[in-house]
Parts: sequence; structure tokens; C-alpha cells
Amino acid sequence: MRETPVFSDKDMDRAVSRIAHEIVERNHGVEGLMLAGIWTRGAPLAHRLAGRILSIEGKEVPVGVLDIGLYRDDIGRSSRPMVHSTEMPEVVDGQKLVLVDDVLFTGRTIRAALDALIDFGRPRQVQLAVLVDRGHRELPIRADYVGKNMPTSTKEEVQVRLLEVDGIDEVVLLREGA
Amino acid sequence: MPSIVKEENKRLKTSLVDGTRRHLLDVDDFTRDEIDLVSKTSDAMLEVLARDIKKVPTLRGKVIVTLFYEASTRTRVSFEEAGKLLSADVINVSSSGSSVEKGESLLNTVRTLQATGADLVVVRHQHSGAPYFMARNLESMGVINGGDGWHAHPTQALLDVYTMRRHLGPIGGRKIVIVGDILHSRVARSNLWALTTEGANVVLCAPPTLIPQEFLSGQHRVDEHPLSTVEIETNVEMALDGADVVMPLRLQLERQESGLLPTLREYSKMYGITRERLDLASKDALLLHPGPMNEGVEISPDVAHGSQSLIEEQVRNGVAVRMALLYLLVGATKREETKAEIQ
Repeated sequence: MRETPVFSDKDMDRAVSRIAHEIVERNHGVEGLMLAGIWTRGAPLAHRLAGRILSIEGKEVPVGVLDIGLYRDDIGRSSRPMVHSTEMPEVVDGQKLVLVDDVLFTGRTIRAALDALIDFGRPRQVQLAVLVDRGHRELPIRADYVGKNMPTSTKEEVQVRLLEVDGIDEVVLLREGA
Repeated sequence: MPSIVKEENKRLKTSLVDGTRRHLLDVDDFTRDEIDLVSKTSDAMLEVLARDIKKVPTLRGKVIVTLFYEASTRTRVSFEEAGKLLSADVINVSSSGSSVEKGESLLNTVRTLQATGADLVVVRHQHSGAPYFMARNLESMGVINGGDGWHAHPTQALLDVYTMRRHLGPIGGRKIVIVGDILHSRVARSNLWALTTEGANVVLCAPPTLIPQEFLSGQHRVDEHPLSTVEIETNVEMALDGADVVMPLRLQLERQESGLLPTLREYSKMYGITRERLDLASKDALLLHPGPMNEGVEISPDVAHGSQSLIEEQVRNGVAVRMALLYLLVGATKREETKAEIQ
């Protein structure tokens, strides 16, 4: 596998900052706003966004973690992923909820996340923030906030690495072969 | 065992971790990693149980059959609930009211269930080994042992270990005392495997007539024996000293009739877990019981319902653990090699 760096730690920091500003702008503040990170890497990203929003607006935004293992559409087709606990800090009814994930690809993860979310109540609105949109959608899903649009081939793989999970902040593109 | 056979077995070894285990027949071949995976998955299932809407779509379109040849409340109901909360369709078959009453053989009954398209069967049978026999003769349907004769009750052992881990953290080095009819107990047998795999110090305590001969004669005390660390103590006060977990077993009333015990009253006096006896264990020792209880025989009502008792929590955890097992087993990769686990 050949590895090409796409995003440095500084690039990532700027993207998170910009998305935080966009979220505040689009929602006219943070009233009734809630973030939900998708396990694994969406969770630390959601916390970073909340931190950035706090420094912009001076208000705390609640952050939840969604695990979509029990909502996947490929159970029995691929090996079983480890499931983790979902934690929603507050009632989601009537809230404007921003789903946060690292990479948007086929859209199937987001489809599952929407199902998981709706089991917790009826948010007023659901928006989607991703660090990287790499294309190749298999479902009619789009992101409201994108850190970087990255056209890729299906033979490539995009890996987001985060300090909290991987010990480093970077985005790389992996290609088959030397 | 010649090394070539050992190698072969290693190659054929199935595991929940890589999704190759299709049947749950006992925990004697479980690794620590598998017990860990079951515990972590159970944590996620407990979270589902705590929701307002406790249902997830995970096993939609899967069919699970419970086939019970023996009475059961907890195991059958918790499997049914576990299956339903994961959106599987659950069908309950008991020996009375089915073709079993007309004399249909076990083999034909399970082949029929397989032919209806069921994905998994949970079986309880009075004969040890019945689930293994079924697993050997099924091509597409998985088998979970819900208790076979005196032999094994793996889901009970996994929920007991899970309950202990939730309160104690890792249970390696902890002293766990199982008191009662070890000889006839499938719960004790499966717990022995799971607890020793976790590195706990297990003490079995019972009158000599209710302890398996191999343990009584110390035959297990050789280095290569997987249960070599298990200790035997016929005096309950000595056994309980410093225990972290106390687990009395139900004393079946038939044991008195078969002459293994003088009277139930004497058993109760000598081995019943009372307040005074529980105080010999370490402070805040946990009290578990696989149920159903004979209150006043192996356990006194005040401790059964006291602050150290986890008996009701065991039942709740049992639903979560069975959800985890259904999730991990249904739809596991089919492969030739899975034959190894049914030998």
C-alpha cells in the first residue's frame, strides 16, 4: 500500500474550525443544537467541534456518541463488528442534531446512524458534518458540512487518523501497489 | 496427543472473535478473548435494555427456535426476550404439545426445524451431549446449548462471569466459592471452565457425596490438567473465609431420596448460606445464585434478598449476554472447519 498525505494536523485544525463556524452560522447560534459523533472517529471529532463552538459562542453544546453496529445492513454478509454503547446525553426530541463522522463514502453508515438516532426520539432536524467526502455514494445522502471534498477511485482508501484514537492528526490516501 | 493432530485442531479452532464459531455448546474451549468479546458486547446490549424503546433491527428476518425438553423459566424467557429485542422472530417449542409427544426422535425434530428455515436453535435437554449430537447433524442451523443434563450450561456461566466482572473488574485471582450439589450441576461445570479461563481461584464446597470423584481424589491436581487450580473444601466455614463471590447452587429435592444426603434440614444446617456464614467472606462479597432458589435450604431468605445479592441483576444481565451471543452467533461464517467444535 502506498500512502499519500492529504491533510496535515494544521489543515485538519482549520477544517474543524471552519465547520464549527458554519454550524453556528447556519443554525443562527447554538440554541437547541446537539452533536452526535459516530463511533469510532466521529466521537472525538464531535468533541473537537463542541470545543471550537464553545470558544466561538461561549456556550456548551451537548455531545453524544452513536454506535451503529446493531443497525448495519450487512449483518451476516461480513464479519461481525464489535458493538459499543451508544450514549445520548439529552433528549433528542425537538433538537437540531448534527451527526459527525470522519469519512463519507457509500452513505450506508449514515443511513444506519439515522435509524439508530430515531430510536432515541424525533429530532427537529438532522444535519451531517464530515471531515472528508470521498464520493461513491450508494444511497441518496449528502453532507451539510464538509472538511474536504476528495475525489477518489474505489481502489483507494481514505484514512483519517486522530490524536485521540491513532496518536496522530492526519488524513492519508492509500493506494494498492508500490 | 501426537503433535500433528494438535496442529490440525488448532487450524480447525473456531472463535467468536473472527466470526467462525457457529455453535455454543460449552465454554470449555472458550479463550479469554472470546469471554472478553462477549462481555463488551453485553455492555452495549445493556445500554439497549435501558432505552425507552428497547428494540434494535439487528437480526431482522432471522428465525430463532427455543426447543426445551426440560422445564425452564429464566433461560427460555431470556432467550425469547433477547431474540425479540434484536428483532428476530422467536418460536418456542416444548416437548409437551409438539410431535415429541408422539415419539418423534430428537434428530427428526431438529431436522424438521432446520427444514423450516430456522437460523438457530436453543436447546435444553435432559441428556448430556444432546446439543453436540444435534450440531453434528445440522448443516445450516446453529445450536446454542441452553443446558444439557449434568454436563453444561454455557450461557449461565457467561452471564455469571459477566455479572462478576461488572462488579469486580477483572476476576483473575479472586476467590469464588461454589457451594452445593456440584456433582449434578451443569451450572457448576460450565462455571468451572469460564472462571478458570479468567484466572479466578475457584473453591468447590459440598458434602463429599456431592463432589465429583475426580476432584475428591485429587486427580485434577496435575500440572497439565486445565482445572488443576480448583480447590475442594468440604467445610463451608473454611471455604467461605475471605471469598469475593459466593454462589450457592439449588439443592434438588430428589438428592435426599437417592440417599446422597441424610435430610434436607441437615444439609441446610451444614451448608446453607446464612447471614452469619456470608459474613465470613470478604466484606461486600457478592452473592450469586443461578436460580431457581430453594429459600431456607441452600440459601436463607434474608441473604437472598439482601444488599449483597445480585440474583435479580443476574437475570437482567442474562438477557444482555444472550443478546450478545445471538448477535455474535447468528450468521457466523459457515465453513467446513466448524466441524472441529462439535467433536
